[in-house]
Amino acid sequence: MSEANEYHPSLLRGLWALTNRELKKWLKDPVMLVMFVLQPLIWMSLLGKSMNISAMFSANNINMPATMPVPSNIVISPSGVNVVLNGTALSQMFADMGAQIMQNTFGVADYFSYMAVGMVSMIVMTTTMFSGMSIVWDRRLGFLDKVLSTPVPRGAIIFAKVLNATLRAMFQATIILALAYLLGLQVSSTFTPLNLLGVYAAIFLLSVGLSSVFLAFSLRSTRMERPMQFVSLITMPLMFASNTFFPVSSMPDWMQAIAKVNPLTYMTDAVRQLTILPLDVSALMIDFAYLSIFAAALATIGIVLSWKYLTK
Amino acid sequence: MVEEVIKAEGLTKIFNKSLVAVDHVDFSVKHGEIFGFLGPNGAGKTTTINMLITVLKPTEGTASVLGYDIVKQANDVRKVIGVVPQEYTADEDLTGYENIILCADLYGIPRKVSKKRALELLDLVELTPFKDKRVETYSGGMRRRLELASGLINRPKVFFLDEPTLGLDVQTRAATWDYIRRLKKEYGMTLFMTTHYLEEADALCDRIAIIDHGKIVVTGTPSELKDSLGGDIITISIKEDVDVGDLIRDVENVKEVKKEDGAYRVKAEYGEVTAPFIIEALRKKGYTVTKLSMSEPTLNDVYLEYTGRAMRDTEESRESLITRRITLRRARRR
Repeated sequence: MSEANEYHPSLLRGLWALTNRELKKWLKDPVMLVMFVLQPLIWMSLLGKSMNISAMFSANNINMPATMPVPSNIVISPSGVNVVLNGTALSQMFADMGAQIMQNTFGVADYFSYMAVGMVSMIVMTTTMFSGMSIVWDRRLGFLDKVLSTPVPRGAIIFAKVLNATLRAMFQATIILALAYLLGLQVSSTFTPLNLLGVYAAIFLLSVGLSSVFLAFSLRSTRMERPMQFVSLITMPLMFASNTFFPVSSMPDWMQAIAKVNPLTYMTDAVRQLTILPLDVSALMIDFAYLSIFAAALATIGIVLSWKYLTK
Repeated sequence: MVEEVIKAEGLTKIFNKSLVAVDHVDFSVKHGEIFGFLGPNGAGKTTTINMLITVLKPTEGTASVLGYDIVKQANDVRKVIGVVPQEYTADEDLTGYENIILCADLYGIPRKVSKKRALELLDLVELTPFKDKRVETYSGGMRRRLELASGLINRPKVFFLDEPTLGLDVQTRAATWDYIRRLKKEYGMTLFMTTHYLEEADALCDRIAIIDHGKIVVTGTPSELKDSLGGDIITISIKEDVDVGDLIRDVENVKEVKKEDGAYRVKAEYGEVTAPFIIEALRKKGYTVTKLSMSEPTLNDVYLEYTGRAMRDTEESRESLITRRITLRRARRR
């Protein structure tokens, strides 16, 4: 009769069971996966390929005439000498300057590589937001109450959501990076397959932080509409006020201030350092330090708030 | 063995500091009985059950389940109870079997035990042929049975059922009652259930508490409650067009006489004995009785007596609620 009491629900067991449920649901619904990947893919292939900044500066585009007489109103000393410039050499000179500008602004020779990596932040953000929100469904359908009536540790319920969002984000980011590579992403000379571990670590930290926030935010709402609106409101500004599309250094001061606290900036930079840029270890250290603090702080806040709402 | 399996003292829940959902209720549930909360939508039934199953914290008062305090020893309570919520909580995208195993994992039951037990339970609720089908293909009755089965995976000593047949058709409802009776017998549990169906309370419950506006208005066995109304209802018609109300009222054991649509509605104790006396009294005065019928009071009469409203009046909103839930479930396919 008393055998029911002998079982000890553990955090890990419950965490695994609940995460497993979400992953099973996810695998059974591949359409959703495609939908999530599609958005950054479209951005990447349309914007990334059409914004061909490096082509603007190429010698072919500048294309000066082979010989160029210098206009007579330009003062050249000694005066009276008829000077003719070599246009082809000039085109090359401007193209070299252009390449230098590209390199100084984006750090890479092609814009596509730059922005394709930025798309990782897009997929991490949308994935974690939506998975965090799945708790609204769990509440509305009564699943959450059912789980709360079992002795499973409360922490497992929250961690399972965070873990599920994080695993999804990591998987979908992998797809995005693989697609980007197929579409012509150029990795730097410092890239080694081992760098991918660092890429995953950066994605993991950002996902944990973001999903905790959205979990806490959506836990209180009993309707899906509010968090949905919040997500669509926040996604674009967060991405434009970061280095996802353009480098922070070319932004006005007030925008730089936002970009410099925006965690997307640090994750995107970390992933760029590890893939397309020549690795700058000190910059990477700063990125990871910021991401770790962000993840730890927001996960703590998110979990404390969720805990409070779960035991109302 | 604790005689009082559930004991609530002044149990109160106030939402948002103003909405009193449950208002100082006291009750106790004895070992082995089926105790029912009967009341309309919004009466506080689900809020009470949610406090007892430790999902909600009471604002005031306390309750214990098998001697464990629902707040201080919430985790001990959770281990010994089983819950069948009002909604279909099973995950639509998983199979019936996967759903039960998920529940078992939440209780920390070893897989070796839970696999065997899940199959047993599925067999008991006759879902074995469908165990590997996704829950979204299940009918309402099958979903209910799956909820019953997964609620029993930890062999609970106290089983909580919140509106166990909400939204089911009459036949499926009767079949679900059979399953509930069978499960109770099989596992020797104490049951606490809520319902707004009078027939259900009458058919299943050993004892009923009628709850209205967060307060328990009366508690007793179904027959006690009906008896408390003071007897049977006798309806009499006479041929003559005169008022014989006072005449009937003078007969022994008659408690109340009302004239309705040309017939007299007489409330009397021991109806079957009293009726012949009424006929006798009328006949002595030369009146002819044309029609006589007698009925025992139903729970609806009880409900009417204690809350001042007919139970039926409250049902319409409930049905629309169910429709909304079903729509929601459909919308959920994501």
